[in-house]
This record gives sequence, structure tokens and C-alpha cells, in this order.
Amino acid sequence: MQKNKIKYMQQHLGNICLFALTVLAFTSCEKDAVQTLPQREWELTWSDEFNGAAGTAPDNSKWNYDLGRGPGNDGWGNDELQTYTNSTDNVRLDGTGNLLIVASGGSGSYTSGRIKTQGKFSYGYGRYEARILTPYGPGIWPAFWMLGDNINTVPWPQCGEIDILEIRGQEPHIAHGSVHGPGYSGGNAITKSYSLDNDRLDSKFRVYAIEWGPDYIDYFVDDYLFQRITPADVNGKGEWVFNKDFFILLNVAVGGSYVGFPTSGTIFPQTMTVDYVRVYKEK
Amino acid sequence: MYKILFNLFIVSFMFMAGCTKRDVSELQELKLPATADVFIDDFTSDLAYSAFGGSDVRAFNVDVKETYNNTTRSIRIDVPDANSPNGSYAGGVLYSTTGRDLSSFNALTFYIKANQATNIGQIGFGNDLGENKFVVTLSNLPATSAWKKVIIPIPDPSKLTAEKGLLYIAAGPINDRGFTFWIDEVKFENLGTLLPVESSIMNGTNTATTTFIGVTSTISGLTSTFNLPTGVNETVNLSSAYFQFKSSNAAVASVNAAGIVNSLSAGTSVISATVGGVTAKGSLTINCVGAYTPAPRPTRNPSNVISIFSDAYVNVPVSYYNGYWQPWQTTLSNDFTVNGDNVLNYTIFNFVGIEFSAPTVNASSMTHFHLNAYIPGPIAPGRQLRIIVVDFGADGAFGGGDDTRHSTTFTAPTLVTRNWITIEIPFSSMPGLTSRRNLGQIILEGGDGSVMYVDNIYFYR
Repeated sequence: MQKNKIKYMQQHLGNICLFALTVLAFTSCEKDAVQTLPQREWELTWSDEFNGAAGTAPDNSKWNYDLGRGPGNDGWGNDELQTYTNSTDNVRLDGTGNLLIVASGGSGSYTSGRIKTQGKFSYGYGRYEARILTPYGPGIWPAFWMLGDNINTVPWPQCGEIDILEIRGQEPHIAHGSVHGPGYSGGNAITKSYSLDNDRLDSKFRVYAIEWGPDYIDYFVDDYLFQRITPADVNGKGEWVFNKDFFILLNVAVGGSYVGFPTSGTIFPQTMTVDYVRVYKEK
Repeated sequence: MYKILFNLFIVSFMFMAGCTKRDVSELQELKLPATADVFIDDFTSDLAYSAFGGSDVRAFNVDVKETYNNTTRSIRIDVPDANSPNGSYAGGVLYSTTGRDLSSFNALTFYIKANQATNIGQIGFGNDLGENKFVVTLSNLPATSAWKKVIIPIPDPSKLTAEKGLLYIAAGPINDRGFTFWIDEVKFENLGTLLPVESSIMNGTNTATTTFIGVTSTISGLTSTFNLPTGVNETVNLSSAYFQFKSSNAAVASVNAAGIVNSLSAGTSVISATVGGVTAKGSLTINCVGAYTPAPRPTRNPSNVISIFSDAYVNVPVSYYNGYWQPWQTTLSNDFTVNGDNVLNYTIFNFVGIEFSAPTVNASSMTHFHLNAYIPGPIAPGRQLRIIVVDFGADGAFGGGDDTRHSTTFTAPTLVTRNWITIEIPFSSMPGLTSRRNLGQIILEGGDGSVMYVDNIYFYR
């Protein structure tokens, strides 16, 4: 079993190398757009494939939890409605190789999960990817993101934040990729959206990724590059702080200033299903 | 030049045809056109409209004033006031006279607005004024004075290779007052932004029912839920033809394509279903207890009987056999017919009212009340069955200070399990009932939340 897994990863690495050459991608344009991406070769350095027994918590050597409603008890600074728990009701493995983060509740009272690698794994330049089936519904806010590992000594936004994926559940066809830092945080983050034409992100598992180097952060959905953020983008706004180690977070928020609030049409529970999180370093 | 080219085309076509070996078995059925448009700015060429019987035939109009996005024409529906002499509701079908292949689409879409905030009773497709085989209905569609897009999903498009029913509407007045709404840009689309969630039978519940050999049950509560591009779920009602039904034990119960279940022998069978190969939520478990023992067949001369419920007599008009009196009543009705014998089946029985007040029954010439009851479950100590006969008094209506009633209580050993109980009460033993000229109700009380079958309710002499 373990052997197969290694083989699969090698295949995957091969695919990525191949992909880095030239990509034909279909967009809403009349003509097929051609993306020429810089050739980068990656080597796996950290991953969680979320293999484990159904109903168990994710590997505690890799993940810990954010709990409650945030340090200020203010919905994590965003008026989010959920209370994060470490219960397997909200965060668990499904037994078939996936992590489930489940937002449940109703009538203004919600529980959900937010896990992070803080204190267990942090890393700098490389490729960060997760294969995710996203949840949906007004006020549902799933995210795959990163925070500067120095957050305990250098508070947000100075520590930096890289949002690899955020979705507003009432727009299940749009992925958002952003960075927050000093002078460009919250509503002034540097951000771009990737919108599907006549399809939805949650129609299948998709790979959400960034490739991050000293002077760029490239954002991908299913290996389609939709945004590059460089130090030039923060010129005149603030400081480029993406030159140190970051840790990884996965969560499903409910409500808040970014996404708006759930409506009577929002279906609970909502589940974000994560097949894997992988971190690669450049060869 | 054009003509020459055309002739060349014909020749080459014949040549090709001549080369091709043809086999009758390869002949395909005539493929109908996959036309998407229904009403964009006018009737598409194969389109016709027909109003439903009883509806206001003048309700349907093509409008040039109020249109979506300044297009040239829209559909305007004028819902009549209640009791309008022209008809009591607006309803009809836009249908294709030739039929269409809609299997490449996954939704009917259109824009709607109304002259006031309101709900449109029913709107959907698959109603072809004939078999109505593949009907999908969106109920109580909210509309406001701003145009908004409506999406009605097709649960299994592969079924719609020859569909004529393209759009149907049934809308009644709200609080007795009519209103107007407009529909525009009606078409079939293949939306990648529509996410199937689940289909359901029995409204998604796992329901169980006790039956006898010969009982027919119906799989109901057929729905399909989709997530709209706004992240909100929408549930539509479906006809049975979208479902493939299955019986887990075909010797106990069979189920046909229409979702009609026949109990065949003692045992248990779970009826489940799929839509387009995907398992639907919910099931109906048939617990067939074997041969049905009918209630003792009445032998009294019909001229000596006023029947409320019996297959042996002609029943008087009855308003209902279950009044669903709120808030305390739990009793549901799951009446069944076994070998032609209709039986009242009260489930979760605590109490139930039967009313026959239009007109009331004059039983002055009768001497007794009769009822058969069957309790399949155990009779707990102290279990009662109370039978209340109510006379509505001179005003012939409930209340008014002139109603009289008498309650008669039965306990074990009269009450037995798994045997028909015959209850006969002389009116002379109902002193509380001071008149029986305007009988209007029979109330059964004392249930313990289990099941009771009832048959042969009548007055006699």
C-alpha cells in the first residue's frame, strides 16, 4: 500500500514537470488561450494524504486546532458566526483518504473546524497544493491559506497571509487568491478571482495551488495560472513580507464581513473534503 | 453555380449512400429536433398554447409593453380574481406540436416578474396535455416586481427524447385577488452551474407501512433537489417516470413503473428507487402480515341503514374521514383497499374526527350506531376506545350552542387485538345526544399512538 502511494507521487511529480512546459487551456475566450509557464521542477517535502480510519481526527503530528470564536471572541476579526471545535463532528477523516471539515448548525448558531500546521510544520518558497471538493451556500466561506510563522511575535498583518483559495458560497463558480500584508490587508488585500464559465468549482475535486519564490506568488486552479503577485504589486502600499516561513490552515467559516451571512436557503451541514495537502520544494 | 453545386451534392450523396451497406436493424428512430428556445420574443415554430379546463382562457397573453431587457415580446398571465365568471385560475400549457429532443439540456430557464410580490402556484414542464409522463413542477415560486431568472432542473435529461410539454403554468388568486405576472426568454439550457444534490421518494424519509396481501400502496413524495448557481438549493416535484423503482423482496411486494406497490405475500420488502442510476433518498418498507381478514360483512337490509363508510352500502356525502384537527391530533390516514374492500387505516391514532355535515344526517328513524374496528397492536391495560356521536342541532352547523353529543367508552374485553371488534350502540344508551336529526360528526378517541383499522360505520334500525 505504501509502495503504491510512492509510485503515485512519482507519477504526479512527472505530470507536474510535463505540465510546466506549455499548457493548452480552455477559457471563455473564443480562441483557446495558451499559457506558457516557467519550467519548475518540484520535489515533495511535506504532505498529508489524510489516510486513516473513518471518524478519527487528523494526524496530530501535523495539525492542531484553532478553537472558539477567535482571541477577541469577535469571530476571528471578521464577525464570523461559527465556533470552531476539535470535535470529530467538525473535523475528521472519512476513511477513504479524505479530510472532512464540516460546518453545521442553524439559526445563528454554528460549529465548524479550522486546523493548522502552526508549531508542527512551516516552510518558505515552494509549491503548496491541496485537492479539495468545496462546500456551497450563501455565507459559507471555505479557505486553504497560510500565515507567517512569526505571527505570535509579529502580529497580523505584518506577519503576512497568503490565501491560496477562498470561496464565497453564494458564488460557487469563483475562486479568490489573495495576499494580505502591512498596508494591504483586509478589504485592501491584493486579490484576483478565477471564475468558471458554465461550471462550478464544487462540481468536482480541484487542485488549488500556489508556486512561491523570492519575487513571485503564482496562483493556480487545476494547474491553470490565474494570478501572479510580485513585490511590485505592493509598491507604494507596504512591505513585501513573503520571504520567510509560513504555516498552513484549512477551515470552513460561516458568515462574516467577507462572505456575508447565511440565509434560509443555506443548507447545513456543509463539508469541505480535502484529498491531500502537499508541499514541494524546487529541485 | 449554386444549382450545380447542389446537384453535385446530391450525386455525391447518392454515391455515398450506394456504397453503404444498409441494414434494417441499424435504422434509428426519427430524431426530433433539439430546439432550445420556447418563447424568446414570440412562439417558436412548433409552439402552441392550450388553457387548462376550468381556467380563465383569457389569462394568457403576448405582451409588447412589459418585456425582459427591452426585448420585443413577453408572455403575460392575468390571474383572475376568485370566483371570476371567466374561470377561477390561470393555467395552461405551451407545447410543441411535433415534440423535441431535450436530452442535451439540464434545465428550463426563464425570467419572471409580477405586478406585486406574490407566489406562482405551479410552474414546470412535461405536461403535454396527454400522458404527462415526465412532469417536473416548481411550486410556490416567489415573484416580485423585478425581473429574476428562474431555473427548473431536468432530473434525468436522457428521458426527454420526445417531449412535447415545454412549459406549464397554474396560478390561482392570492387572498381571493388576482394579479399579473410576466415570463420571458423561456428556453432550455445546459447549465454547468447547476449541481445535482439528491432525489427523494417518500419525501426522503424511510417510511414503513403494514399491509395485507392484495393491498396496493403508492410511492409518493417524489422530489429532486439541485443547488442553484447562487448556492441555494431548489427542490422540484417529479412524476414517477423519472424513477426506477425496486423491491428488495419481489415475492413479498411488487412495484411497477408508476410506483404502485402490490403486497403479494407475508414478509418484508423495502421499496427503493434510483433516478438516472443514482440512488434516491428515502424508502417504503412494506410489512405484509399475510392474508387480510375483512370485517364481518354487513347483512342488514340497505333500507334500514344510513351508511357513513362501508362497501356494503351507498354512503351519504362525507366531508372527511380525518379532520386533521390541530393542534393535538397526531392521527394520520393511510387508508387502503384490499381486494376491492376499502378500509380506513388510522396511524399514530390518538383521536380523529369524521364529519358529514353537508348535509347533516337525520337518523331519527334509526335505532343504533355500528362500527367495526381492528387493532393490530397489543391492548394495554386500561386502553379505551371512546366513540362520540355529535348532533349539530337545529342550525345544522358546528357550534351555535345547540350541539349535543354522547361519548361511549369501550375497554377490554370488548377491545381485543388482531380480531375485528364489532361495536353496536343503541341511541337509547346515548342520553347526552338529545337529538339525532342533524348528526354531523363521529369522533373516535382513546388511541395510544398505534394503528387502528375501521370499517362499516353506519346507523341502522
